[in-house]
Amino acid sequence: MTMPLMRPPRKNPVLRTRQMNLPPWARSRIALGITAAAAEGRFVLQACEECGAVQYPPREACHRCVSSRLRWQPQSGEGELIADTTLHHSNDLFFRERLPWRLGLVKLDAGPTIMVHMHGDVGPAPSRVRIGARLDRAGQAVLIGFPHDEMPHMADDRMLREMTCDPKFRKILVTDGKTPVGHAIVKALVAAGADLVWVGHAEPWKKFPGIEAITALPQVSMVPLDLTNGRSVTELAGELGAKVDIVINNAEVHRTFGIGARRGTDVARDEMEINYFGALRLAQEFGPVLKGRSADGVTSAAAYVNLLSIYALSNFPPHGTYSASKAAQHSLAQCLRAELRPAGVRVINVFPGPIDDDWNQNMPPPKVTPAAIANAIVKALRDGVEDVYPGDVAQEWLERWRDDPKVLERELAAGGSA
Amino acid sequence: MSTAVVPGAADLLGQLVMALATGRVRVVDLTQTLSPDFPQIALPPEMGQCLPFRIEEISKYDDRGPGWYWNNFSCGEHTGTHFDAPIHWISGRDLPHNSVDTIPASNFVAQACVIDCSAQVAGNPDYLLTVDDILAFEAAHGRIPKGAWLLMRTDWSKRTDPEAYQNFDEAGQHTPGPSAEAVRFLIEERQVLGFGTEAIGTDAGQGIHLRPPYPCHYLMHGAGKYGLQCLTNLDLLPPVGAVVVAAPLKIENGSGSPLRVLALVPG
Repeated sequence: MTMPLMRPPRKNPVLRTRQMNLPPWARSRIALGITAAAAEGRFVLQACEECGAVQYPPREACHRCVSSRLRWQPQSGEGELIADTTLHHSNDLFFRERLPWRLGLVKLDAGPTIMVHMHGDVGPAPSRVRIGARLDRAGQAVLIGFPHDEMPHMADDRMLREMTCDPKFRKILVTDGKTPVGHAIVKALVAAGADLVWVGHAEPWKKFPGIEAITALPQVSMVPLDLTNGRSVTELAGELGAKVDIVINNAEVHRTFGIGARRGTDVARDEMEINYFGALRLAQEFGPVLKGRSADGVTSAAAYVNLLSIYALSNFPPHGTYSASKAAQHSLAQCLRAELRPAGVRVINVFPGPIDDDWNQNMPPPKVTPAAIANAIVKALRDGVEDVYPGDVAQEWLERWRDDPKVLERELAAGGSA
Repeated sequence: MSTAVVPGAADLLGQLVMALATGRVRVVDLTQTLSPDFPQIALPPEMGQCLPFRIEEISKYDDRGPGWYWNNFSCGEHTGTHFDAPIHWISGRDLPHNSVDTIPASNFVAQACVIDCSAQVAGNPDYLLTVDDILAFEAAHGRIPKGAWLLMRTDWSKRTDPEAYQNFDEAGQHTPGPSAEAVRFLIEERQVLGFGTEAIGTDAGQGIHLRPPYPCHYLMHGAGKYGLQCLTNLDLLPPVGAVVVAAPLKIENGSGSPLRVLALVPG
């Protein structure tokens, strides 16, 4: 059984902070299909539509019948560990710095035999295992052998913690503590074992109900942070940026207008000022400090979470300018992901459907609750995924968007979820 | 109107310059610093909002401009220490010379009367200036001259913590201002130039609940009068005798503007 992670001792300040050396990240274009699924927490392999064979590694054609009719098929991951070994030497810098490292050879029930990273709770071969796909610190899919049944403290496994961004014992900045979503995120992080949660508090003279419940938590410190004010972001990053392990940017402005329903651009500008420019200011200040500490032990800097919207994928005309600002923020988040990847810092994009809050008062259910968004964020950190779509509406729109974005555009233009 | 200099005016200005140089006339700055930390007026969130003051570097002797430092800033017409023109309110929208670019420049220099309400406000942040306060002031300092600024000293500007300055609770903002009766009296009986205050608006924080709502805005601007708000250092002014220089930016059709407000006071 995994030993539960203990609170790490304070860092010795005379020691150099180690820098990230990424694990091998080269993948063929086809192999990125596994990465794309793993980024959403799914394990897929190629299956042949002609002969039914499942294959690994991914190839251009079926290894058995040479058909090119391959599709990505979700896998249960059930299999048998047939051999395992523990590395005590590696010429690869990433593994060299993290030895010993356990590997296993697993025969999947679906067919292929594959080499995987081994969770410490899997017994010696032969034993039943469950293979899962995770993103490693390079952001590429790797396959991991998990024990067949859930075990206590599994998330604290040394190898797994290298793959994930678990909030346990980490220090986290949540950029907006004034909203119900902000409150829920803070509570969920504390429940997940966060060491400290700094909570941004813009315009402190505005009193919103519910804030007392989070300020009462001993892990929580309210900090002045206004994403419209570059100086505020710079000052906060200077004050505590070097201590932050996870940034969660949930600050947003959401108004409910299209183009014609509101004269002028002031509201659209307010949305862009926080949702886009605010995100840019925050990323400029906190991105570099996260990168500098991404290999700093078991509580290294690990993740940067953006609260986007499913409207980032396709414009929802009744909330048209908000959709546009979220599309801009999404595009920026992709840039941030590319810039943080060399340091192994994961960028997690959260695309909820309509949230059950004041600005969606007139939207019919289903609406995703603040607590559900908070739980989705914590789960994404623990699982180390990149893209999350909380709520039924988000799931449905995603499916329709993947099926045909043009069709979805027409449906949304006709009045929303058909 | 003739613009000829009346005999002796040049001497007067010369004497003023001399008095300024020797300190017999001092300049008091009544202006809050334009800073991103200074709060802006807050309306219900579904309404249009005044931008707070924001500033971003263009370059600072660096790769963006090696030899110079400068910034872009943005704000609303009603950000920081600012001037309200009559066109700001619906009641003043059709008056002549009602925007900052058309107000006669001579109105930007005027004497000021300062009524000290700091003691009342210390015990009651919702304090409303009364007609009796004005009459008591006049009993001590003489009648308020026509065309003078009426400045309400509250020491509210000493609340340097933005939270205390804004002073919100669940019922909204609690800041001092004038009563509707006092506003009417100042307009109709004293023909003041305008009304100035230290809080975020010329009206009290709870001014929407007065009759009429926002009396200082509605009545003053309806009568072609001006407003000054977010003033500071009013405690350094004499009750009477100060001359206020308050010239807003010349914004075309502008409803107001941030500005530097200076007072000339006897040394």
